[in-house]
Amino acid sequence: MMLTVGLPHILVLSAILFTIGVFGLFLNRKNIIVMLMAVELILLAVNINFVAFSAFLGDSNGQIFTLFILSVAAAESAIGLSILVTFFRNFGSIEVETGSEMKG
Amino acid sequence: MVLTDILFYVFAAILLASAVTVISAKNAVHSVLFLILAFFNAAGIFVMLGAEYVAMLLVIVYVGAVAVLFLFVVMMLDIAAVKRVDLRKKHLLAGGIVGSALLAELVLVFYSWHSAETARDNVLFPATPEAFGTPKALGNILYTNYLYPFQVSGLILLVAMIGAITLTLRLRSGIRRQKAHTQVTRTQEESMEIKNVETGKGITL
Repeated sequence: MMLTVGLPHILVLSAILFTIGVFGLFLNRKNIIVMLMAVELILLAVNINFVAFSAFLGDSNGQIFTLFILSVAAAESAIGLSILVTFFRNFGSIEVETGSEMKG
Repeated sequence: MVLTDILFYVFAAILLASAVTVISAKNAVHSVLFLILAFFNAAGIFVMLGAEYVAMLLVIVYVGAVAVLFLFVVMMLDIAAVKRVDLRKKHLLAGGIVGSALLAELVLVFYSWHSAETARDNVLFPATPEAFGTPKALGNILYTNYLYPFQVSGLILLVAMIGAITLTLRLRSGIRRQKAHTQVTRTQEESMEIKNVETGKGITL
């Protein structure tokens, strides 16, 4: 490991990134694509946390978990984007509010 | 302060700035491009932490596959009309409250948090500094201790692939398709007829 900065620096970085992702979920109600990208940011923050702990403890376990998170995130974005494509075909828009046909 | 530390802060600053741009850009294509920039900077941080394999995987899987998938969808859907970020006060307020509360909690946790004395004794797969983060070290664990989770993640990807195809597949009418089974299994009787044509008379079909 080349870094000499402490673990809290990296943890705060991932906390800020996580918060930006959550904020992005609220901010982009008009655009589901950007909401999906915000989810990717959240997952990236989680990955940074895992890798940071893995590096500072000298344990390879965290990186294995990162691999699993990466594969599940890839599956999630593929499914999410194909749902989005079907949504756009049916409603002609990608706003979240449009898909409220099942509302009581 | 060492050079790598300065580099870490540079990477972190670009990562956070591009993350902010991802969620606030007016154009979805710009969002995707800044998402790619964010992933590159995260990969840089991973390299500095010593996790080279995960860093390369992040670049290959995320930038190479997921971000390009996003780019395809953004361009395919032609959403020029809906690109505006919704800055209605309701959403800004809700997002701001939830976001700042979350951030305050996380930062407070991290500054009052200290590693347990016994944390280093509980390390499951200790790696020497040279072997840390190399494909060999990870593969040794992934293909032995985590064999079943590895297989399950492969199944998850298979299910995702099938799901994505079935969701987006559209059967359009009026298109002549190849029907392999019907084409191969047709017999001589149903596809061919021999008629005896008399000279000078011809036949009506």
